[in-house]
Amino acid sequence: MKLRKVLILGSGGLKIGQAGEFDYSGSQAIKALKEEGIKTVLINPNIATVQTDEDMADKVYFLPLNKDYAEEVIKKEKPDGILLSFGGQTALNLGLQLEETGVLAKYKVKPLGTSIESIKVTEDRELFKQALKQIDVKTAVSRATYSVNEAKKAAKAIGYPIMMRSGFSLGGLGSGRIDNETELEKRCGEAFHKVNQVLIEEYLEGWKEIEYEVVRDSGDNTITVCNMENLDPMGVHTGESIVVAPSQTLTNHEYHMLREIAIKTIKHLNIIGECNIQYALNSHTGEYRVIEVNARLSRSSALASKATGYPLAYVAAKLILGKKLHELKNSVTGSTSAFFEPALDYVAVKMPRWDLTKLKKSDYRIGSEMKSVGEVMAIARSFPEALQKAIRMQNTGCDGFTLHPHKFAKNYLDEISNPTYRRIFAIYHALKNKQPVSKIKKLSNVDDWFLGQIYRVFEVEIKLKSSKNLNEELLAQAKKLGFSDKAIAYLTGSNDQKIRQLRQKYGIRPYIKLIDTLAGEFEAETNYLYLTYNARFSDIKPLKKSVITLGSGPYSIGSSVEFDWCAVNTVKTLKDSGYGTVIINSNPETVSTDFDISDRLYFDELTYERVADIAEFEKGTPLVVSVGGQIANNLAPLLDKTGFKILGTSPENINNAENRQLFSSMLQKLNVDQPDWQQVTTLASAKKFAKKVEYPVLIRPSYVLSGGAMSIVHSDSEMKYYLDKATTLSPEHPVVISDFITQAKEIEIDGVAKDGKLVVHIISEHIENAGVHSGDATVVLPAQSLYLETLRKINRITEKIIKELDITGPFNIQFLAKDNQIKVIECNVRASRSFPFVSKVTKRNFIAVATRAMLNKLKPGDYGVPEPGYVAVKNPQFSYNRLKGADPVATVEMASTGEVACFGEDLNEAFYKSWLATDQEVSGKNICVSLPDDQKFKFVDELEELAHRGYNLYATPGTYKFLREHDIAAKRLSKIKEHKSRSLADYISKRKLDLVVCVPDKYEQNEQDAYEIRRLTIDHHIPLMTNPETARLLLRCLSDKSLEKVKIKSWDEYN
Amino acid sequence: MREKNINAKRTNRPQSGDFFKSKNGELILQNGLRFKGQIPIWQKQSETGEVVFNTGMTGYVESLTDPSYSEQILVFTYPLIGNYGVHKDRWESKRIYAKGVVVSEQTIGWSHPQSEESFLQWLKGQNVSIIHDVDTRELTRHLRSKGVVNGVISSNKTAKPDLTTKKPLVSIDKPILYKTKSATKTVVLLDCGAKENIVRSLQNRKLNVLRVPHDYDLSKEKYDGVMLSNGPGDPTDYQPAIASIKRLIEGNKPVFGICLGSQLMSLAAGAKTYKLKFGHRGHNQPCRDELTGKCYITSQNHGYAVDKSTMPKNWQIYFSNLNDGSVEGIAHKNKPFFSVQFHPEACPGPTDTEWLFDKFTELL
Repeated sequence: MKLRKVLILGSGGLKIGQAGEFDYSGSQAIKALKEEGIKTVLINPNIATVQTDEDMADKVYFLPLNKDYAEEVIKKEKPDGILLSFGGQTALNLGLQLEETGVLAKYKVKPLGTSIESIKVTEDRELFKQALKQIDVKTAVSRATYSVNEAKKAAKAIGYPIMMRSGFSLGGLGSGRIDNETELEKRCGEAFHKVNQVLIEEYLEGWKEIEYEVVRDSGDNTITVCNMENLDPMGVHTGESIVVAPSQTLTNHEYHMLREIAIKTIKHLNIIGECNIQYALNSHTGEYRVIEVNARLSRSSALASKATGYPLAYVAAKLILGKKLHELKNSVTGSTSAFFEPALDYVAVKMPRWDLTKLKKSDYRIGSEMKSVGEVMAIARSFPEALQKAIRMQNTGCDGFTLHPHKFAKNYLDEISNPTYRRIFAIYHALKNKQPVSKIKKLSNVDDWFLGQIYRVFEVEIKLKSSKNLNEELLAQAKKLGFSDKAIAYLTGSNDQKIRQLRQKYGIRPYIKLIDTLAGEFEAETNYLYLTYNARFSDIKPLKKSVITLGSGPYSIGSSVEFDWCAVNTVKTLKDSGYGTVIINSNPETVSTDFDISDRLYFDELTYERVADIAEFEKGTPLVVSVGGQIANNLAPLLDKTGFKILGTSPENINNAENRQLFSSMLQKLNVDQPDWQQVTTLASAKKFAKKVEYPVLIRPSYVLSGGAMSIVHSDSEMKYYLDKATTLSPEHPVVISDFITQAKEIEIDGVAKDGKLVVHIISEHIENAGVHSGDATVVLPAQSLYLETLRKINRITEKIIKELDITGPFNIQFLAKDNQIKVIECNVRASRSFPFVSKVTKRNFIAVATRAMLNKLKPGDYGVPEPGYVAVKNPQFSYNRLKGADPVATVEMASTGEVACFGEDLNEAFYKSWLATDQEVSGKNICVSLPDDQKFKFVDELEELAHRGYNLYATPGTYKFLREHDIAAKRLSKIKEHKSRSLADYISKRKLDLVVCVPDKYEQNEQDAYEIRRLTIDHHIPLMTNPETARLLLRCLSDKSLEKVKIKSWDEYN
Repeated sequence: MREKNINAKRTNRPQSGDFFKSKNGELILQNGLRFKGQIPIWQKQSETGEVVFNTGMTGYVESLTDPSYSEQILVFTYPLIGNYGVHKDRWESKRIYAKGVVVSEQTIGWSHPQSEESFLQWLKGQNVSIIHDVDTRELTRHLRSKGVVNGVISSNKTAKPDLTTKKPLVSIDKPILYKTKSATKTVVLLDCGAKENIVRSLQNRKLNVLRVPHDYDLSKEKYDGVMLSNGPGDPTDYQPAIASIKRLIEGNKPVFGICLGSQLMSLAAGAKTYKLKFGHRGHNQPCRDELTGKCYITSQNHGYAVDKSTMPKNWQIYFSNLNDGSVEGIAHKNKPFFSVQFHPEACPGPTDTEWLFDKFTELL
């Protein structure tokens, strides 16, 4: 059958366990399909993705990825095929649901690639085990259970500790080691709320964890593109592990035994396209177990693709369409066959990026559930070089093993045996404390080889520390093991510029190597590069007339796929304007690191040292630092100071905006209002300031990223606690305290300027009042509730600021509005996270305009203020259900991991859709409300209407009393601490509620009872609203009759 | 036992303390190019060989003990060699046949519960030269574009590669019979430098194996089929073997050739061979079965190939290389004779084509 039109399901908002890698895989799939002349329809509410760009799919639907919406799209678009394997677990689950409910059959939509039956076998663990047993492939001993009691029996039979897994999981949610029956009861109880089956398995602690990426076509031709070994052995989720490609400690026999089993298994399961198979391997006995098979593109496949240069997603899409592997060319060499297995002549190390310290009360331990929010990949020709690169790439203030802010307590060895996110540093700390390697091995189960490699770093650290004068040999050795100039300077009591000069004097420099997928065996036309000191020649020469764009680095809370979108669109615009394009990025989950985006991709560090190395090699090529987010932006001053050319706003003015002191003086000079603030260096002066403006106050360091260490403080004692936290984060920058204005509206302007004059801009507003980080806010575009006078004032202030900063390129300014007074909170002289959102809503590509502004190549159509005739709402995507213990309340510290946006004719429609698009729904009519005194009266109208519409309201005692006084029918639920029957906790655990509105009393944010309610709600997968403004809006949507019918429109139908 | 491994760096260091010490050395090619590196201070000899590269990421033990590398200096493109030490049961012959080894980094802290010694100790014990800290990618790129040449590993700046290296010839002196339990059939293995895993693969299929020297007269032996082994060098140097194969293909008993064996069968059938610019050495060579259209990833190690334009009557191309279209195997159109240029016995490399041994066994 010739395919005419294919529906592709995306993965929605970025969440823990499912991040930017699916923008990469979806984009590749769309390109592969378009090349075959097939029309593509995409559903994905993640507006910050490249795959939802205008030049990608033929039709884009920014809609929730649920059955109701997907069915409407199918009904309207009538695709003849559907792709399920490019949007992560979300797409796969939705696809299965569409099949099970008969939607696919009803509209004659054919699932392409691996059959639904095969997918079911890989997803249902019991079927999976049976299937593998048929071909004598070993899986872990396990039992499927359907109740807590059955689970208890199975666990007893296998013997504790056991591994608990639940089917249909995403990143291992609801999985973990369980040591005893009590723990089993609790965890199984939670899991059975989400799934009806839980697996109890033998625990394979300490076995090596190995993965293979397998590709198979419909002609049964099968290859393994890559294998990978986890440094952290079994027990730590592969998404939480440091992973190296190819495997390092496997013998040829082990490597090919597992490869053979992989191929045999995938053939037996009849998978077509790409999949991933995970093993546990015991090198002592030669035993292995297959852990799982993912019959879809995954995080690992994105990594494998970037680690080898093999375009997995693209090839998988072609195979799904019926092409054979040998009919496809290796797109890297352009001449050899796609039926081959990459040979690496380097080591690639992936390291997860966590952000646990940003979240209140979250547990720092890592294990079989995923908690990391992003990852980096480092490539080098020695393992220590790659690993130290990876550590720096994380951008967590760690400069390799030797220079990092982690402080360890006496019991640090616990962090090795019971791993936390900083185990690798604890291991190094142990070496420094003369702990024998054998002991570390025993505690961690990390293979001796890896520990030996870390020991090499430690040995050189000792040498550096004791060296009187740094000779050429030692300096070269240190660089080969991945020490940065800064780390060497720190260890030898020098400074990094001096070290840089010294190694230039000795002629010690990194060389540039190509990743060509076949270890140099054939000529390759690849753009894919890395730097290493373990070489003596470079593979390439400088690129003529080009521009270097700095990418986003790892995704973390506050820096996510939106900056990758910005980088990709910058590169596209540069290309269109006739420039050679160079990208530097360290994040394998990105589209910007795809083989077909830039002329040159340096998969390397976004550190001053490395960027300077590359810019020096590329000889005078200017840099764009303003589209990759804060990491890139922070490099601007030093790059400028050392003579590198920066495009756009001058680094001096970037600093004038970033540096609070300078920015504030500038505002004063411009006569622009701002909240009272003061820079402090002592606790006493902080307290004094707070007394003057009255608590609450906002404290933060300069150079803020996603509210890192930013907090609202209500008392002197809180002040002391937060100041300690803030100052450890950024010792070079002082702390700023400002008056926190309550009940104010927050407004943002995103725009582009040229030589200090506005080119294009748009104003959006937050639904939440000030106090919620802009990254966690629900943003409405265009602004719906602002007075014309407010808008005018904002425009005037904006004009003044951009003129003063002489901005050329992107900018974002945030304002507070209260009682018709406008105050400026901050100004970013770079692309903000809302750039893709505003660009797609207004259909004006702000980043393309910004790039043209920087190149001095603006077009007439670039100017003007867009005025969309519809409403779009951007909603944050939280991952609280993955972060055990974290308090699910949005505050000034950003906590969301992603975002989605939907369009509508009015605010309610756009908001409701985007809320649904964050993977939640109010599935029944039972709503519980718990409100603080100052909020109660504001909810009267909404609650009255809901009661009127037949909703059953429940309330905690205080709220219940209030509702009764207002004649609103409700049932009383006792608080947890009352220990009474019919308690809220009980109702949540039994899932008798469909929505919980629990607004914290802002003066008692840390109140235990409310925290427990919120946490319990999240743990039982019940939607939770904690912000009063968004809660009220949601309640209004629930009683809005016009929203009962599912309404869809494709992006191009909004105009 | 495991602890010994991790502390290899320290405990394996001989008393003199200079086992891991190195001096400046070079790999000097016959075209005058020099690649800098480090050689152990205890390494005195200057060793010449044909410099070839292998792109496999594992299997250094199997490769170096493969007799096909006789008289060659082997460059590993994977930069970390020696990670899992050396384990005796994975040798493909009784010793290292390659004359020298070129690597980027030779691992110091090896680790594997089944290994006995480090890579470097092994090389030292076998008196094989090594040069490490070489930019092996640059060297590979050079060999790829200019073709393989002779080279010498030396710390002596004036060393020159010996251009008159001898023709490699590896075989056994007299026949060896490998009796297999409950075997009913016997296969002759014509040993031109056979890898042990060919013997193992045949024995695993319940066959007795009579391993004979390359120039052995088969006329008086009783057997059910013949296996032509891999081996080093130019196939045209094996005239006695070619003569025996000519007699074999006049008969009807199954003959299966591997690597050099494939070239010998082709020559015996009347085809010609030629030297490849830089050979095929690695574990990722894609081949297509021209009879079924199916593709396989194969392990390869050869410098010569069969010229497809010289394919004799009654013979057909069995396998082709997907990358460069070269002949990867031939088969007789009617009789049970076939051969492959790659290594179905793997070790090192992928095991995708192991079924060829089954095919051969079924024909017997």
